[in-house]
Amino acid sequence: MNHEAFGLLANLFAFLDWHEFFFLLFAGVACVAAVMVVLSDNVVRMALHLVLSLGATSGLFFLAGAEFVGAMQLMIYVGGTLVLLVFGVMLTAQTQLVALRTPAGDRVIAGILAAALLAVLVQAAFSIESWQKSGQGVATAPTATPLGMALVGVRVDQVAEENLVRPKSGYLLPFEIVSVHLLVVLIGAAYLARAKRRRVPRSVDLVASADSTKPRSSVAASSTLVAGGPK
Amino acid sequence: MAEFLIETMGFPAWLSWTAIAGLSAFLILNVIAGGALVFIWAERKIAARIQDRLGPTRTGGRFGWLQSLADGIKLLAKEDLMPDGADALLFRIAPYVSFCASFCAFIALPFAFDVVGQRLNVGVFFVVAVLGLEVFGVILAGYASASKWSLFGAMREAAQVVSYEVPLGMCVVVPVMLAGSMDLVTIGEKQAGWASNWFIFHDPFTFIIFWVYYTCALASVNRAPFDLAEAESELVAGFHTEYSGLRWSFFFMAEYGSMFLVSALAAILFLGAWNGPIPVSQLLGLSDGMAANAPYALRLLGCINLFLKATAGVLVMMWIRWTLPRLRIDQVMTTCLKYCTPIAAAMFAGVMLWQLFLPGGLIAGSFQNAAGVREGWLEQSNNQDPDNEDALSDILPSRRIVEVSR
Repeated sequence: MNHEAFGLLANLFAFLDWHEFFFLLFAGVACVAAVMVVLSDNVVRMALHLVLSLGATSGLFFLAGAEFVGAMQLMIYVGGTLVLLVFGVMLTAQTQLVALRTPAGDRVIAGILAAALLAVLVQAAFSIESWQKSGQGVATAPTATPLGMALVGVRVDQVAEENLVRPKSGYLLPFEIVSVHLLVVLIGAAYLARAKRRRVPRSVDLVASADSTKPRSSVAASSTLVAGGPK
Repeated sequence: MAEFLIETMGFPAWLSWTAIAGLSAFLILNVIAGGALVFIWAERKIAARIQDRLGPTRTGGRFGWLQSLADGIKLLAKEDLMPDGADALLFRIAPYVSFCASFCAFIALPFAFDVVGQRLNVGVFFVVAVLGLEVFGVILAGYASASKWSLFGAMREAAQVVSYEVPLGMCVVVPVMLAGSMDLVTIGEKQAGWASNWFIFHDPFTFIIFWVYYTCALASVNRAPFDLAEAESELVAGFHTEYSGLRWSFFFMAEYGSMFLVSALAAILFLGAWNGPIPVSQLLGLSDGMAANAPYALRLLGCINLFLKATAGVLVMMWIRWTLPRLRIDQVMTTCLKYCTPIAAAMFAGVMLWQLFLPGGLIAGSFQNAAGVREGWLEQSNNQDPDNEDALSDILPSRRIVEVSR
């Protein structure tokens, strides 16, 4: 009896395609969690489901051998959701916004939109011939180095071609432009969101300190400036 | 190793792969759980000695070395309590989220050459990214506990971890730049040989940035003086106020696991990884200095090396915890934004310039300038490929690119 069960298990394991199995697992988790994001009405749980969905997507990237993209997905998307989660906690801690209910009309519109998008994507995915075979596009070589080389203009995948000697412009310049732009946006956001202090006008300052027994030199200097003293 | 089972022992493929995967997971789990047991005992003894006490003395003999095990049994037997207003699902899964994040990061951490759960091409990046996810469990715990102490603790932790990821990332980039790879195994391999090959002694900038890394690592695992998330004098116990029993101990396993992880990462990135300060095996002629050809016994020694270094890092963390007072939240932010980040950025630029003008480190670099290195490299390429010397100058960049891309 035990032997039979073991044999059955062995057969099951031997015929199980692990790649397929993990693909279905990660894809299933990603899809179910994504649906749960929409269906749950608690912001923190939504964020948790979003983390699950994005994490499973990064699992798919690792499965395809795209380790750099997978780690990126973890760092940026899953890590970024952390901030969303923090905001969710801050908003719902006051028990006003614990439940977010979507009106039925919105649900219908969103459903139609999502179904249309899904239809387009499915149609597009199945129309590409090279995607039809399974096991296609699994990277076996390390992916980070070619990406880095492409950034500075060397396409390693086209290494046989002669244009390699004189590298073309890479993705470095667009990347730098985008990152500087992002930095400007961040500084602007920090400037707008900073705690605003009430500026006391200088003249008030002058009047207030004018009657002190020892006027400071800077006050004296600025008062001569205000009075339009000798140049 | 699975290939060895299949080819030499004649095991079926599915059994070998599953067995090896299970074995790796089991070993990593035991590093975390067993490590937590030992480190908690060590922490109590060290704390006691620093405060001029004895600490645990009775359980299991003279030094109380079975104290953690006894505590573990006590925790197992404790009642699993949950507050009335708690979000049941989130409250239950929060400790596991923390623990899983800590566990996942160990998957890509090499303990010796090729003794690694899964060798990743982007190992450093993966470890840092996953380590940042541990805070998810803390925030969920703080939110789901329906207690203001927990919520305050979780919010503090979120602010702290998000801020300290910036300088931490900058510090981690420096060894990556020196080794030319994000693969942790390669980074460790580049530091083989004498202790002067370690990246911490590469140049003055790396020496400084190691301490910045250690500070940021301390903050990112929430150890004192950065333990605002569980400040017991003001927040009862912070995010785990409402937890008891085994769930509570999961948070602690995650914490000690992360402490060990960041210390091991420091050892791999800066302190020569699994290579000892003196290449004993090479001097004795037991190996040719290439870890790939080394016998398995030497890899085991490498494991011990790394464990010693990481444990030393953890012990220093404990020493710091029982020596320095806790920082205020504004001081924590000042340390991060006004000191760690600018210092890390300046050191990063410094290392970059050093690599440009004095490649090869402080000792090797001061004897041979950049031109000499280049000549030697040209000569080497000539020897490798004597057929087309004429065309060498033309195809040199491309050959180098091909070499790099392999």
